[in-house]
Amino acid sequence: MSSENQESEAPLEAGEEKQDSQEKDANPVKAEEAKLKAKYPSLGQKPGGSDFLMKRLQKGQKYFDSGDYNMAKAKMKSKQLPVAGPEKGLVTGDHIPTPQDLPQRKSSLVTSKLAG
Amino acid sequence: MAGAGGGANDVQWCFSQVKGAIDDDVAEADIISTVEFNHSGELLATGDKGGRVVIFQQDIENKSQAQCRSEYNVYSTFQSHEPEFDYLKSLEIEEKINKIRWLPQKNAAQFLLSTNDKTIKLWKISERDKRPEGYNLKEEDGRYRDASTITTLRVPVFRPMDLMVEASPRRIFANAHTYHINSISVNSDNETYLSADDLRINLWHLEITDRSFNIVDIKPANMEELTEVITAAEFHPLQCNTFVYSSSKGTIRLCDMRASALCDKHSKLFEEPEDPSNRSFFSEIISSISDVKFSHSGRYMMTRDYLSVKIWDLNMENRPVETYQVHEYLRSKLCSLYENDCIFDKFECCWNGNDSVVMTGSYNNFFRMLERGQRRDMTLEASRECSKPRQVLKPRRVCAGGKRKKDEISVDSLDFNKKILHTAWHPEENIIAVATTNNLYIFQEKVN
Repeated sequence: MSSENQESEAPLEAGEEKQDSQEKDANPVKAEEAKLKAKYPSLGQKPGGSDFLMKRLQKGQKYFDSGDYNMAKAKMKSKQLPVAGPEKGLVTGDHIPTPQDLPQRKSSLVTSKLAG
Repeated sequence: MAGAGGGANDVQWCFSQVKGAIDDDVAEADIISTVEFNHSGELLATGDKGGRVVIFQQDIENKSQAQCRSEYNVYSTFQSHEPEFDYLKSLEIEEKINKIRWLPQKNAAQFLLSTNDKTIKLWKISERDKRPEGYNLKEEDGRYRDASTITTLRVPVFRPMDLMVEASPRRIFANAHTYHINSISVNSDNETYLSADDLRINLWHLEITDRSFNIVDIKPANMEELTEVITAAEFHPLQCNTFVYSSSKGTIRLCDMRASALCDKHSKLFEEPEDPSNRSFFSEIISSISDVKFSHSGRYMMTRDYLSVKIWDLNMENRPVETYQVHEYLRSKLCSLYENDCIFDKFECCWNGNDSVVMTGSYNNFFRMLERGQRRDMTLEASRECSKPRQVLKPRRVCAGGKRKKDEISVDSLDFNKKILHTAWHPEENIIAVATTNNLYIFQEKVN
């Protein structure tokens, strides 16, 4: 189980082929890493480090500033408040969250389909 | 007897049942988030993202015949957790059930612990099959009788009624976790249990809800120095003083509660040294342990990281005694798996009743059976296409590259949205529960 059973390489015929595929075996992860670095050059001085963990610890955080909200409401008495785009979860830029933007937080009163 | 098939028998798995809707349009609430058999295997509980618990019961009637087919039917369903909003921290608290753990049965009722990110609840599931009839002051439908018409006294008697299964929350263990709870584990002493979040582990008494003891705290003084989090924790099945917790860096720490009140200092540290030439950006991410489970014997423990399952002997800390590749062909896809976040998927794993076979999920609704003694492994698929009654599951093969043989599926054709994260094995029989995104499959050993 711990060795190369799942890597169903085509049956190796020549010595050369074997060497090539061994190299590929040794570095598929390095190849993947190179691909990633090419796409996102600024990524990770700390591989898998604090950034991931911070993001993970902050799951569920929503931000709302009542001061911003009221100021915006006052300024924009005549105009419409900017409405949230399709991605209601993401509040970014100039958009101030409003009560309309909050997702419905009703619990599902529907019975689970597993019990149906 | 089923479950004892150490390896001499080739167990063939058959489809038994599938629960859940057929349609492809999956509502978020229907996503199954945990599956757990109780200690006898008679009950099977599932939790979902909508905070609901559904309990199935094994059909007892057929059990008189050895190795007969059994069916699981709905026994009880209830809303365990509701969505909440923490106004102080501006934090949305999901109602998703992260884990369910059953208590060993002590009396007629069944008890289970269910938890979301912040709150653990003890639920009592009890049966009612009799009701009192013949009240003096009330009619049978509950309306009060006109007092002037009551001239005689009678004693109400209990009469049989249709079975009713009631679930009621008996304890609510709240406000003890700043971070998100990932594990709960009942102690073998049947009085205490632990709950673990990203940085802390707490010890509770099942009767006491207003306080808990903190037994592990890995929060650094300066959060900028945070390098690892707790990913799973479990009590030893037999020794009430011992528990383990795994980390995002691929280590497992075993702690002894007799050593000190705060178990920040581990008794044993299990870690496989990494070959420095293999180090890459992905190394730490794929080494993060998503699940840790003790064997029933208590001698071994199993860990699941992104690509492999490892079996550790508790007496040996420096390396696992067995390593099984779950889906090694993904090693050359790590870049895209990182981009679509699949690399962070948390797969669980489980032991069979006699610790001879372990099971874990993969993508494309595949799951893997890893037979320890024989060093044999099998890939099976949970799909509606293999869901005819008693249909034997055919082993599946994934082709990593090169020539694809007939019946093989190539890595690029795998559906990474179809993940099997949660599986459970009946404690005594060869019956398994496998959860796809929103369906629960039950498979059984082929019976001749």
